[in-house]
Amino acid sequence: MLETIWFLLWGVLWAVYFMLDGFDLGLGTLGPFLARSDTDRRVVYNAMGPFWDGNEVWLITAGGVTFAAFPTTYAVMFNALYTPLLMLLFALILRAVALEFRSKVDTEGWRKLWDACLFVGSFVPALLLGVAFANIFHGIPIDAEGEFHGNLLTLLNGYGLLGGVLFVLLFLVHGALWLAIKAQGDLEQRAGHAAGRIWWVLLVIAVAFLGATWFATGLYGNYLENPALFLIPLVTVAALLAVQVFIMKKAWWAAWFASSLTIVGATLFGVVGLYPNLFPSSMDPAYSLTIYNSASSPLTLKIMLGIALTFVPIVIVYQIWGYYLFKDKVSEDDLASEEAY
Amino acid sequence: MDPVTLSRLQFAVATYFHFLFVPLTLGLSVLVAIMETQYVRTRDEEYKKMTKFWGKLFVINFALGVVTGITLEFQFGTNWSRYSKYVGDIFGSLLAIEATTSFFLESTFIGIWLFGWKRLSPKAHAVCIWLVAVASNLSAYWILSANSWMQHPVGYVIRNGRAELNDFWAVVAQPYAIFMYLHVISAAYILAGFFVLGISAYHILRKNNIPFFKRSFRMAAVFAVIFSIAELGIGDLHGKQMMKAQPAKAAAAESVWETTKGAPMYLLVIPDEANERNKLELFGIPKLLSWVALGDKDGVYKGLKEWPREERPPVALTFWTFRLMVGLGMLFILLSCLAWWKRKDPESAPMLLKVLVLAMPLPYLALEFGWTVTELGRQPWIVYGVMKTSDAVSRLAVSQVGLSLAAFILFYTVLGIVCFYLIAKYARKVPEPAPQVGQEPQAATAGN
Repeated sequence: MLETIWFLLWGVLWAVYFMLDGFDLGLGTLGPFLARSDTDRRVVYNAMGPFWDGNEVWLITAGGVTFAAFPTTYAVMFNALYTPLLMLLFALILRAVALEFRSKVDTEGWRKLWDACLFVGSFVPALLLGVAFANIFHGIPIDAEGEFHGNLLTLLNGYGLLGGVLFVLLFLVHGALWLAIKAQGDLEQRAGHAAGRIWWVLLVIAVAFLGATWFATGLYGNYLENPALFLIPLVTVAALLAVQVFIMKKAWWAAWFASSLTIVGATLFGVVGLYPNLFPSSMDPAYSLTIYNSASSPLTLKIMLGIALTFVPIVIVYQIWGYYLFKDKVSEDDLASEEAY
Repeated sequence: MDPVTLSRLQFAVATYFHFLFVPLTLGLSVLVAIMETQYVRTRDEEYKKMTKFWGKLFVINFALGVVTGITLEFQFGTNWSRYSKYVGDIFGSLLAIEATTSFFLESTFIGIWLFGWKRLSPKAHAVCIWLVAVASNLSAYWILSANSWMQHPVGYVIRNGRAELNDFWAVVAQPYAIFMYLHVISAAYILAGFFVLGISAYHILRKNNIPFFKRSFRMAAVFAVIFSIAELGIGDLHGKQMMKAQPAKAAAAESVWETTKGAPMYLLVIPDEANERNKLELFGIPKLLSWVALGDKDGVYKGLKEWPREERPPVALTFWTFRLMVGLGMLFILLSCLAWWKRKDPESAPMLLKVLVLAMPLPYLALEFGWTVTELGRQPWIVYGVMKTSDAVSRLAVSQVGLSLAAFILFYTVLGIVCFYLIAKYARKVPEPAPQVGQEPQAATAGN
């Protein structure tokens, strides 16, 4: 029971991470194509200014919780994903310094450098996270000892790449909508328009991914066994359709919330299908790491649950307050302040 | 080189680099919070300017500290997976607690603080930087208690082929962790104090906005002197703790080979590791080492020969880094006392100001040396007495770790240069002097 609670919590942490940092990553990827002037570019940076750091902590916590609650999975997963994981971390460092450093030196070349870094530092994590999760859904060649039999190319299979593309597209729509919320005038319109256009590509890829999942993974097993669970993918698809409806009405906030629900739903769809596996082996199901054979001791799980259930709700409250505080559009006044990016 | 050595090097690179930014975050967050509190209390615009000037340097430094911390957390899995599997039940929990209780707090409120100058009342805004300061200092406790558990494992049982928690309180509240925390925090505050002293001294020497930098200087001098002196006592207590918990580390730090009753302390020692002796021992003070380390001048100090060669930490490096750290600590007491003495008219002591500018890198060195003693002195163990470092590493190809290590070095070098370039650039900017007439009436309105 404790293990199951932790598994769900684990899934929720990832879902929240994708929902929050997803718009930063999408915006960082899309920004250079939407922004036409330096002011536009600064709006892109400042649209995520007060949030990105707090958003990224959900990733650290998801990693930390994997370590604390399922140490064996943490060890095997991170070891197997060595190269992509380090690439992800370097990319995230690049993104952070791009955000922090761009406005600190007033030359064209300096800004261009960090604009490029922001793009790389946003696109690469989005892609890699998608590739990694699709591979986890599909199963990874690990043996009884948890040793990984493969290399980076093993992970770049068709299904993995499809997952990567799916994540990038989800985040692009999410990020474009966030920019539509935070920007004004022409940039706002361009961002909303882009979200609407990319949405169609996302729809095609999402359908392809759901279909490919049937063949490439065992995720549907849990759903067939317990059809009530089909509610999750149904809500997700409904949310995805709602995104476009709201975009047409130019209701950016509503569209962004629908997009958030889509991302959370998509993550939970995978996580629920995975249960009780955390890191399935493609060599032999007996080698798979499950919540039972990789969990921490009951004492640790209990203490950590107490801590998580106390602090995570507090975090949610103050993060919501932070979002509420900065809910308005990025104004000229904001850009003029000396702290602005 | 084998994957163990490469992984150790990679971890060392990542830690040293991370540790260039974290101490300043810990100390400067508190100083900036004090400055802003002074602003809220007095409504003196000069304090607001101080908050903004030092806050800007703080923020540049902060970003690097945060992102380089993530690579550390994840490296336990990538490079030390057998370690993670074996001790994750305890060690992983501490990292997860750190994230949920501290990282969220500091990372959320740094954003709100930075962008919220106009959206929050001055009071609420000052609360934000205090939250950042408290959260950073709290996160240090969690990570140091995790490290303390590696130095002095307690509260666990070996069960199911791994170390499992059986007493949470024993892990998080063990004296080793408390002393290590106080030791590191004081060092971080010394570093922040010297950082502000050095930059202020630079501007005072150049006669840039002297009132502004004199006030900064004064605040930092008080901060530095308190923690430099406190560190003497705390360091001593932490040393005694280490002596009890890890006598081999202590023996290596002092390069004592033979077990001695009433061991003397030599001011000048040159270890000769190959021949298990010291090449040179000069200026001995009888019984001082036993008295300092054991609290008993006739106490028996265990020499390195008590342990078989393969269970001793590398002596020379542990010894030298320890000596240099202690020496620097003494220097900080001297310098901060001088700075404190001259706090009211620092411009009258240009020599001291010049020394303070040059001394800025020294606390960084002292902290890195201290970290080296802690980690190197624990070898060959990753968890003292429980797990050897060589048993802890992931199964990785040499090429894989070699490549990532090269990437780390390259990437971090570039980042480090850019970051310190920016800090230097903003440190050299002179804040506009306050208008002479403006100060009085503003201070008066603050009374209501």
